[in-house]
Amino acid sequence: MKRIAFALLAGLLFGLGLAVSGMTDPNKVLNFLDLAGRWDPSLALVMGGALAVTLPGYAWLRRRGCSYDGDALPPAPSPRLDPRLLVGSALFGIGWGIAGYCPGPALANLLHAGEALVFVAAMLAGSQLARVLAR
Amino acid sequence: MPTEFTPVSALLGGALIGLAATLLYALLGRIAGISGIVNAAVEQRGERGWRVAFLLGLVIAATAWLAYTGAPPRTGFGSGWLIAAGLLVGFGTRLGNGCTSGHGICGLARLSKRSLVAVLVFMGVAFATTYVLRHVLGGIA
Repeated sequence: MKRIAFALLAGLLFGLGLAVSGMTDPNKVLNFLDLAGRWDPSLALVMGGALAVTLPGYAWLRRRGCSYDGDALPPAPSPRLDPRLLVGSALFGIGWGIAGYCPGPALANLLHAGEALVFVAAMLAGSQLARVLAR
Repeated sequence: MPTEFTPVSALLGGALIGLAATLLYALLGRIAGISGIVNAAVEQRGERGWRVAFLLGLVIAATAWLAYTGAPPRTGFGSGWLIAAGLLVGFGTRLGNGCTSGHGICGLARLSKRSLVAVLVFMGVAFATTYVLRHVLGGIA
């Protein structure tokens, strides 16, 4: 029950952060991606603001070695680069560049903009397709 | 549609996202990668509870803020483009094992080389895609 409450709190903060930062507006994201247009650098500061908190936070937790409840932290990320990572990231980049929605902002818009519903349904289908095709 | 550079709200919102990711890591020992959380929430029966709670929180808080501020974020893209974009984002994030939050925030915070490469690739490709759609093809919306 405590884990559920903590996760809910983290989700509330995450969703609030997405909305406050303006990243729920796909136009703002697309205007960051459009270097040749009227560039809106806001997204870079969102990443910067997030990393300003996560970098020291994660470093502290890594030194501590476990979560608050004593759960093991996820193993150190593998340094291995493989075609799946590169191809997958490139395909994600194309989709992101088309409509300005990545998974978080799309979910944040689920009850707000009808188009997000269409996007999220397609996103779930695409994920299942990859699960089946790229086993 | 032009948008204004909003440095203060961007930094503040980013810090809230970072705080959320740090809390999830500190309290549950979990990575706040949205694509991974969604996939596991859909597919894994065990450990579904915290994931559903996190996603519900995300949707509720964002919806409440957007309703409060009266923001109407719409791109005006046709369903065909939205479906194509959604399929690519779903397929790509599953194959590449992460999205803007998982690789871009949590992965970089973990000093992951894989995540750094993933971010450079998806950012670079997204810049190129937007350039082509807006300045070569003249825009799709």
